Amino acid sequence: MNINATLIGELIAFVVFVLFCMKYVWPPIIGAIETRQQKIADGLAASDRAEQDLRLAQEKAKQQLVDAKAQASAVIDQAKKREAQIIEEAAVKAQAERDKILAQAKAEVEAERIRAKEELRKQVAALAVAGAERILQRSIDEAAHSDILDKLVAEL
Amino acid sequence: MASGELTSKDYITHHLTNWSVGEGFWTVHVDTLGWSIFMGLIFLFSFRAVAKTANAGVPTKWQCAVEMVVEFIDSTVKSTFHGKNPLIAPLALTIFVWVLLMNLLDLVPVDFIPWTAQQIGAAMGYDPHSVYMKAVPTTDLNMTIALALGVFILMIYYSIKMKGIGGFIKELTTQPFNTPWLYWFNFILEVVALLAKPLSLALRLFGNLYAGELIFILIAMTGLYQLPMHFVWAVFHLLVIPLQAFIFTILTVVYLSMAHEHH
Repeated sequence: MNINATLIGELIAFVVFVLFCMKYVWPPIIGAIETRQQKIADGLAASDRAEQDLRLAQEKAKQQLVDAKAQASAVIDQAKKREAQIIEEAAVKAQAERDKILAQAKAEVEAERIRAKEELRKQVAALAVAGAERILQRSIDEAAHSDILDKLVAEL
Repeated sequence: MASGELTSKDYITHHLTNWSVGEGFWTVHVDTLGWSIFMGLIFLFSFRAVAKTANAGVPTKWQCAVEMVVEFIDSTVKSTFHGKNPLIAPLALTIFVWVLLMNLLDLVPVDFIPWTAQQIGAAMGYDPHSVYMKAVPTTDLNMTIALALGVFILMIYYSIKMKGIGGFIKELTTQPFNTPWLYWFNFILEVVALLAKPLSLALRLFGNLYAGELIFILIAMTGLYQLPMHFVWAVFHLLVIPLQAFIFTILTVVYLSMAHEHH
């Protein structure tokens, strides 16, 4: 068991191996490991984030559904109200139209009646005068007897 | 058992002798050097294959396995070493996987590799008894001391780089007793503490693996009983192998972390 030149040889081998390892072995492997670790960490973080996002989206969708339902029922309610309102308005308008037409017709009828009455009265007066003329067989001074005639006409 | 005519002592000695080339200090343990470099290349090529195609997409199974090791070392280093230094983590990875692979050779049954080497040696015309092949590099003090020495040099380098030479000397002399006339005493204490770090690193790894290997060799000599015993010891050793690799790694990181910090 003697110390000899083997030691020097081993020392040189040791130095060469360590240098080779330091230059060509260690950096690529540790680099790959660290990059992969980073990738895995990123992947895990991304999946966590995605899960969070999904939960948020689901909650949002649920909320939106509830909102939409509420909005829909509100729209329906409003539509019903509006419908009733329109019907009522139409009824009121129709009533008014009816009253107006009725009143107009009445007024026309009244006017016609008055005109016919007036016509009739004039014709009766003329008839009465003609009758009286015939009865009396003489001509009546229309001017002298107009007061009697007027009175007669008024009595008709 | 290598062969019947060998005595136990010969057998053990044979298993614990390195294939040496050269004389005196300039002897080189070819088996230690060869197996350790072979294991180092297995580590570098298999990890480099992943590094070349590494991307942040879905990993292949082999990439997953490599990334588990890298991630493990990275988290260990990050929990211990708080500075910014691009060398520490690759250094820890190299030490961990390299030492682990070298220790794993300990689980190869003790005769496989030496016996194969002897057959090859015999085929090439050498005397099989003089062909030595001690496969586990971490059972050779040269190996563990080389690792510890590398770490020690880095400790000194970063101590001086982070604190300056003055700061480093101050750290060695002004504690634990902050009194000028005790500085020499502090210095002795601190130098011993400093030297103990690489020494304990090297001896701990060497001791554990050498003892484990020795017990495997002893078990291999017990005839038929070696099968259950070998199994039990191998299971236990399966715990020791990664543990020693991990201890070496984590202590390296701790020592370098201490070198970076001001006390």
